[in-house]
Amino acid sequence: MESVGKSFVRVDARGKVTGEAKYANDLMPKDCLQAKVVRSTIANGVVKSIDISEAEKVPGVVKIVTCFDVPDIQFPTAGHPWSVEAAHQDVPDRKLLNTRVRQWGDDIAAVVAVDNVAAERAASLIRVEYEEYDPIVTVEEALAPGATPLHPDIRKDNIFVHTSFRTSPDFDYDKAKERAIEEYGEENLIEVEGVYRTPRISHCHIEVCTSWAYVDTNGKVTVISSTQIPHITRRVIGQALGWPIGKVRVIKPYIGGGFGNKQDVLYEPLNAYLSIVCGGRPVCLELSREECISQTRTRHACKGVLRGLATKDGKLLAREGDIYTNKGAYASHGHAITGGITTNFKDIMHDEYGCRSDGYSVYTSSAVSGAMRAYGVPQAAFLADSLTDDICYAGGFDPLKFRMENCVPPGFVASNGITYYSYSLKECMKRGAEFIHWDEKRREYANQTGPIRRGVGMGIFMYKVGVYPISLETSSARMILNQDGSIQVELSATEIGQGADTVFSQMASETTGITMDKVYIISTQDTDVAPFDTGAYASRQSFVTGKAVKKCALELRARILDYASYMLNRPAEELMIWRNNICEKIHTGDPVPERPARDQAEEKPAEQNTKKLALGGSYIDNSRNDGSVGESAKYSAWLDGKVKEYDIHDLPNGEAAILRDTGVEKDIQPGEVLLSMEELAMNAFYSLDRSEHITAEVTNQCKENTFASGCCFVDIEVDMPLGKVKVNNIINVHDSGTLLNPKLAEAQVHGGMSMGIGYALTEEILYNEKGRPLNANLLDFKIPTAMDVPDYHVEFLEMDDPMGPYGNKALGEPPAIPVAPAIRNAILHATGVSMKEIPMTQQKLVAAFKEAGLI
Amino acid sequence: MLNIVHMWVNGKEVELAVDPRESLLETLREKLNLTSVKKGCGVGECGACTVLIDGVAVDTCLYLTMWADSKHILTTEGLKGPNGELNPIQQAFIDEAAVQCGFCTPGLIMTAVEIVGTGRKYTREELRKLIAGHLCRCTGYENILNAIEKVAGIHS
Repeated sequence: MESVGKSFVRVDARGKVTGEAKYANDLMPKDCLQAKVVRSTIANGVVKSIDISEAEKVPGVVKIVTCFDVPDIQFPTAGHPWSVEAAHQDVPDRKLLNTRVRQWGDDIAAVVAVDNVAAERAASLIRVEYEEYDPIVTVEEALAPGATPLHPDIRKDNIFVHTSFRTSPDFDYDKAKERAIEEYGEENLIEVEGVYRTPRISHCHIEVCTSWAYVDTNGKVTVISSTQIPHITRRVIGQALGWPIGKVRVIKPYIGGGFGNKQDVLYEPLNAYLSIVCGGRPVCLELSREECISQTRTRHACKGVLRGLATKDGKLLAREGDIYTNKGAYASHGHAITGGITTNFKDIMHDEYGCRSDGYSVYTSSAVSGAMRAYGVPQAAFLADSLTDDICYAGGFDPLKFRMENCVPPGFVASNGITYYSYSLKECMKRGAEFIHWDEKRREYANQTGPIRRGVGMGIFMYKVGVYPISLETSSARMILNQDGSIQVELSATEIGQGADTVFSQMASETTGITMDKVYIISTQDTDVAPFDTGAYASRQSFVTGKAVKKCALELRARILDYASYMLNRPAEELMIWRNNICEKIHTGDPVPERPARDQAEEKPAEQNTKKLALGGSYIDNSRNDGSVGESAKYSAWLDGKVKEYDIHDLPNGEAAILRDTGVEKDIQPGEVLLSMEELAMNAFYSLDRSEHITAEVTNQCKENTFASGCCFVDIEVDMPLGKVKVNNIINVHDSGTLLNPKLAEAQVHGGMSMGIGYALTEEILYNEKGRPLNANLLDFKIPTAMDVPDYHVEFLEMDDPMGPYGNKALGEPPAIPVAPAIRNAILHATGVSMKEIPMTQQKLVAAFKEAGLI
Repeated sequence: MLNIVHMWVNGKEVELAVDPRESLLETLREKLNLTSVKKGCGVGECGACTVLIDGVAVDTCLYLTMWADSKHILTTEGLKGPNGELNPIQQAFIDEAAVQCGFCTPGLIMTAVEIVGTGRKYTREELRKLIAGHLCRCTGYENILNAIEKVAGIHS
């Protein structure tokens, strides 16, 4: 391929190293008023009255609004596509400001003043009278008999949703155990049970959550926000204010990280409201870091009550889990993340008899949980991988061999039909094990004594790439030909640091034939101009929006060729675009199929395929977008060091698949240059005979899905008296299909690995008995610094996935998933201590080692 | 009551009337429009607001503008050459893919410029310690270290 798969420099790199890239607050006008949210000083109760008389006297105060003033409208905040079916809509359970207080620091009033000092002073002078209830910070407290329901209008108790998944409808763990005893004899079985916990953590993007709003001359309330989801934010502002959505405009400039926190609508509706009540004057609502950690969104804390059963020769028979997530005060993403945890826990391993996993999302009077990098799968992986290693420890199994034999198999089809097309999980494990010298180290570290011990551990994951069929995602793209033959690309899948702008530019270049230096992507989204897309979240952009980019590029290319046909008086079918020129299309007459024909499918030696399967790479790609299945539709899997190909029709839902390269013209190459794009474009703009603006705009509904996967291996050292874990060596191996930009892909994995190390060892938001957060700052909530992380190693197993627009699969979130379980399992290997919860802080480790009699 | 501060910012002499409570972060961003200076925490935890004051990397959120009187301030905007040339550190950040969301980048670049300014060469472990005052959530620091090592590492 010409542009895809190459390590182009980020298109925004220069603007970011010079500090010239503008973020939301960099664009704020000088006369912007400043707003401060007044927060409850109790975690659970009702605001009886608010006295603003002293606050109003503070010089510089412009406006004070309280929970008694705001519109009586409840609204949802999740960054999901809005369901047109009422039953599936996100739950509207909060107002702009709330009289019913459901978390410490809940939003009860807001002050607008000429500057922050005046706003904060006034906020501190507001007197509030509450009716106070007991705080309900944990899931246990929220489920206790007699606990106050936090949302009695929505749920009779604090269980938001309970779902139950089973591998088969009649599966029952206890019955499976009876069957196992009959079949294998009780003495030949290993059973492990335990309660495993993951913490509530904060995203800690370095730019705080911020926005500023004003009412424009056309009457539109305009919000400039650090958001991942401009079009959804626009809709939610409309819903929250009871305003027509067309009268709302959201602008998203560069943002300083999001990681899912900004996949929720946070304070944009309140910000819009404050500007409106201040006569449309610009008002900024910037949160402090403390507010960001405790009052935006968090990753769900999760408790899994788990059991697992295996035979003594290492066959996994059955598992079950009751998984409780702490969703905090408001619904945010509803049950979606909890559902993700439970299904992923079930699916990552193959249980001979089956698996049951029940998920309970529970309202509590604490910080709201929402999306965070990998949407529940980090929790699922910790639960599943901890249980797996505890089974291995009890049975004396090698954890690598056990996973090889019992993990999700090639061709896996989830209960909702999502199919694992290009499968490399086992090969990833093999590569990771080789790198870390697994067998050698397992032996070497087997019988250690003394206070400092070493261990190796591993974690695995799989991750669904898109959302379909859970919901249908729509992406749009627009491309415009400039007068010099360059193009503009406009999307609403946002650049949030992940490199989306760069890989979309590469895609546009690849498919149009216009070189990267002539592709200009518009980074800022303005909902008045940018075509609709639900935004940056999941690991969907390159997969879901990538399809829209490809479709749009195909359409633009067809229009360019149509114009070239007119100019050259030759049929468009004889022409192609190659490096900014219209060329004659030469048929080599010597077709080289990109995949073996259907009847030739056979095993290929791994050596020939270590880099990637030779797919794509065509100059012209006339992909059909009609959903039809190509003749040679195949999926691939790495197995036993070889790539095997299977016919897609053999899969249960194979007919529904679209083969990425269906209809690709493979036997062509550029011939004589006939016309430059510049000549063509200038003519198209100014022709006296046929003048037209060549543009393309498309919408694509993504009805394809697949799985990405991978693993992490670590080699660690545990200083038991200090409870200190040092990661000496670490590798992530990823199965993410074709890499769009290897250098950026690798960088993204580094960041995920760092996040995984923090999740494993140090990060947790703590609360006191009153429900007040104790460590909502970057000093006490410890994310890794450069001194806390080792050098990382990253490998990719590139294999074209038939579902990805360019053979690509998810990569943004997955790197964060397998690290914490790998470290946890390495501690088990080093010390024999089975840690049941993360973060494995020094204090917790010392306590555990003491309990085990090791120190 | 405003006080007069006299300082040099990116080589240019400036005289400003500032509130004595004002932080240098606020002055640089709001009065001088130097928006490369980012606010990530406001309390000296993240390093995003780092600039050089008389050649020393300082968190401007913790530094009162009054203290900058008669001092020389350098922000990322001031690194640009007369024809738009980049500082070698900036180029290394680009080449090593050390930039993702870009919010911590200007602050880290200023610390890197301070490191390079010492004229010494550093081991990777030393560099880890020297940049430990900066938080980055995107990169895991790997490529940032690679970039700084390229210019100031012992093998550079």
